[in-house]
Amino acid sequence: MAFSAAKTNGVLVVHVEGQLIVGNRQELKQLVQEALDHGERKFLIDFAKAGYIDSSGLGALVSISKKVRETGGELRLSGLNDDLRSLFELTKLDTLFAINDGLTQALAGF
Amino acid sequence: MTSPLRLVVRRTPAIPVEVSVRVPGDLEIVHEAAELLTRHCCAGLTPSPLTQKLQFRLKTLLCEALTNAIRHGIHENPARWVGVRVELTGELAQVHVTDDGAGFDPRSVVPPLDPNDLDRESGRGLFIIRQLADDVTFNPQGNSICMTLRRR
Repeated sequence: MAFSAAKTNGVLVVHVEGQLIVGNRQELKQLVQEALDHGERKFLIDFAKAGYIDSSGLGALVSISKKVRETGGELRLSGLNDDLRSLFELTKLDTLFAINDGLTQALAGF
Repeated sequence: MTSPLRLVVRRTPAIPVEVSVRVPGDLEIVHEAAELLTRHCCAGLTPSPLTQKLQFRLKTLLCEALTNAIRHGIHENPARWVGVRVELTGELAQVHVTDDGAGFDPRSVVPPLDPNDLDRESGRGLFIIRQLADDVTFNPQGNSICMTLRRR
């Protein structure tokens, strides 16, 4: 299972374990969509246990971010390693997402 | 399930090591192929932060080029194949990814970097390749990409 979700302080925290890639991105999109349908509005996607994101994974996050914003919700990302953060920077997606170093800091940002 | 991936390694006087593999038109297998090739190509390198960076760049180039070739070149047809060939010569790694599709004009791909365009879900793969590779060229038909990495 690449994704696990648990609610903490009113925020649905989704942990990405391993990688967010072309082969599993739909699973994450579906998980967030179902949570939105159930009324969740605050989302934190944590990458502390993730080693890799490809451009399809970045695209999935962009799509999720749009859906969360459209429903008046909030999305934050945390735990990106240096390589992954560099992907966000070079694609300028660091300007689209609220990104925190750690989970605690991200949770405090809501 | 048995993997359909078979690595072929050749050594010639001109190219010390050439690693190649044929990848079927299934996006699910892209990362397995990229990891297999990266592991093999970096096997002899001493572990260090620089080696780790090189592995990340190589894996990313392979993933993005393979995804593009499978998605746009052979339209995710599992009966068709994409060829990958990595030539390791001294300080250089040259990665060739070739499909048998019609090809495309790489100048026609505009990445979503404009602030008003950041919400676009796709279109970043080739841009990421250009940022991480030291050199990128295409054949005239546009169905074969050659990405050069300096193994510094």
